[in-house]
Amino acid sequence: MFKNIVHSKWFGSVAAIFIVLLILPPLVPRFYIYILALIYVTSLLAMSLNMVVGYGGMFQFHHGVFYGVGAYAVALMLTKTSLPMWVGFIAGPIVAAIIGLIIGWFCVRLSRLYFAMLQISLGSLIWAIVFRWYSFTGGDDGIHGIRMPAFLSSLNSSYYFILIILVVCLIMMYLILKSPFGSTLQAIRDNPQRCEAVGINVRHYQLLGIVVATFFAGVAGGLFVVLERSVFADLLFWTLSLEIFIMCLLGGWFTFAGPILGAAITVALRTFVGKYTEYWTLILGIMLILVIFFLPEGVMGFFQGLFKPGMKEAAERGK
Amino acid sequence: MGSVGPAELICQLLVGFSRSMILFVVCAGLSFVLGVLRVPNIAHGSLYMIGAFATFSLTKMFAGSVGFWIALIVAPLLVALVSLIAERALFCHLYQREHLMLLLFTFALSLIIGDLVKIVWGAEYRSVSAPALLKGSVSILGASFPRYNLFLILVGPLVAIALWLFTNKTKIGKISRAAAVDREMVGVLGINVSWVFAAAFVIGCYLAGVGGALVAPTVSITLGMDHTLIIEAFLIVIIGGLGNMWGALVGSLIFGVTHSFGVLFWPQFAIVFPYMAVVIVLLLRPKGLLKSVW
Repeated sequence: MFKNIVHSKWFGSVAAIFIVLLILPPLVPRFYIYILALIYVTSLLAMSLNMVVGYGGMFQFHHGVFYGVGAYAVALMLTKTSLPMWVGFIAGPIVAAIIGLIIGWFCVRLSRLYFAMLQISLGSLIWAIVFRWYSFTGGDDGIHGIRMPAFLSSLNSSYYFILIILVVCLIMMYLILKSPFGSTLQAIRDNPQRCEAVGINVRHYQLLGIVVATFFAGVAGGLFVVLERSVFADLLFWTLSLEIFIMCLLGGWFTFAGPILGAAITVALRTFVGKYTEYWTLILGIMLILVIFFLPEGVMGFFQGLFKPGMKEAAERGK
Repeated sequence: MGSVGPAELICQLLVGFSRSMILFVVCAGLSFVLGVLRVPNIAHGSLYMIGAFATFSLTKMFAGSVGFWIALIVAPLLVALVSLIAERALFCHLYQREHLMLLLFTFALSLIIGDLVKIVWGAEYRSVSAPALLKGSVSILGASFPRYNLFLILVGPLVAIALWLFTNKTKIGKISRAAAVDREMVGVLGINVSWVFAAAFVIGCYLAGVGGALVAPTVSITLGMDHTLIIEAFLIVIIGGLGNMWGALVGSLIFGVTHSFGVLFWPQFAIVFPYMAVVIVLLLRPKGLLKSVW
């Protein structure tokens, strides 16, 4: 399996980028390191969403909930218990995956639009509980000043931690999507009826896809805590979920690296536009309209279509 | 908590009803658009917010209690105008595209409107006082009940009847119902489907504006009111059955009443109660209580 990765034609350039990112921290101002780390966390989140949306063809409209649940699980483990830190970091993704299993169990029974709206509603229920349960989750104040273990005390060490976890997760996601399971998921996206006919349990695979994706969203949530040392209820609010959706759209649905690009563009724009204007959502909205009208395949899809017409056809079939 | 007497119970029930009526007016519009265009209009909540803010400005512009009545007529028209512009300038070019793109377009619209409202009206909390006629409260079984809420309970059924008459007795209403069922056939019959969609969209958004105007005297008008409303409206439309106006009415009543009893019995988690009701309904009837038009 790993041989595939090493022999892939992208391996050289990806490894080069990884090495550049590894040597950056001493050379670049702190602020940029922070932004880069935020991009990594957001990328992981967007990639995990793309597993179900781009590869699975499901309308996962409230993915932010699993991110938030993962973050809250880690934060609560670190603040309310005295268990070692790694227990918390394992608990975060697992709790997110369990919530993903429960919500997904309801959602896979329904078709596309109902799926989306039911997920928004069930997710909002969890948001409402987190938002109101002051004694446990801190309500709308959230939890701040979470103490990290010594080896994560500085920004640079957090940066390395996040980068390494990101790379490990990316490799895992890549292998999952290249595995028979990943192919089945894409087959279901392209033609659920035919898959049903050849004896694939469609709901079972879709549910498994949701669980895997929510697990990685939970990892991203844990990394958010490492970076920000705080959690707040907005992480579970549905506007964030749609923002992640936009990142996938912007980067390109049917490409593996598209969401990373989308997340990077969105986070960078928000940071730099935010310096000049408080009307960031206006810019985001205009950007989204431009993408819908002119770049429906996303930035990655656009370039791939430019260089490789075959890819574009594949993407078209994907719809 | 303490003891809850029958008077409080009835009052709380009526408060729930009056809130349901505002939700109904908004959700009927959302459901109408959903039925005809098959798009969950995320910007619906934002248009409702415009309606509320416009009501604030209009009541301030006209002194005296006549201002509110003018606002009740003008604000929804303003909202309808905004939606007409958005529809004709941008949205109508997307009808051939996938549903997801239409949905994301409405999200983009809601983001843009959210910030435009911030630019025009600022981030402060605003309030509108009810007109003199509806100020104060009446006594029901010894408990006092605001007059304005009584007014809302009367308005809801009126809107329902008006909408029913519109969809069942007028030509354009019938065409839009037909377009909801089979849009190709409507096109084949020589009707310009694009304009039917535009009309349906604008009428739906007009109702969002009416809802915004009606809610203005009962809440503090602020940015973000669109976000909470749209989720509630989605839920109501789902549990009612997509595109079914009576379903929107039933859903609104369930939502409003469970919320008001939540306030009575467990205020901290009041907002959780309607969500629980929704989950229960969906477990029993995944496609909604009443028949969806799809």
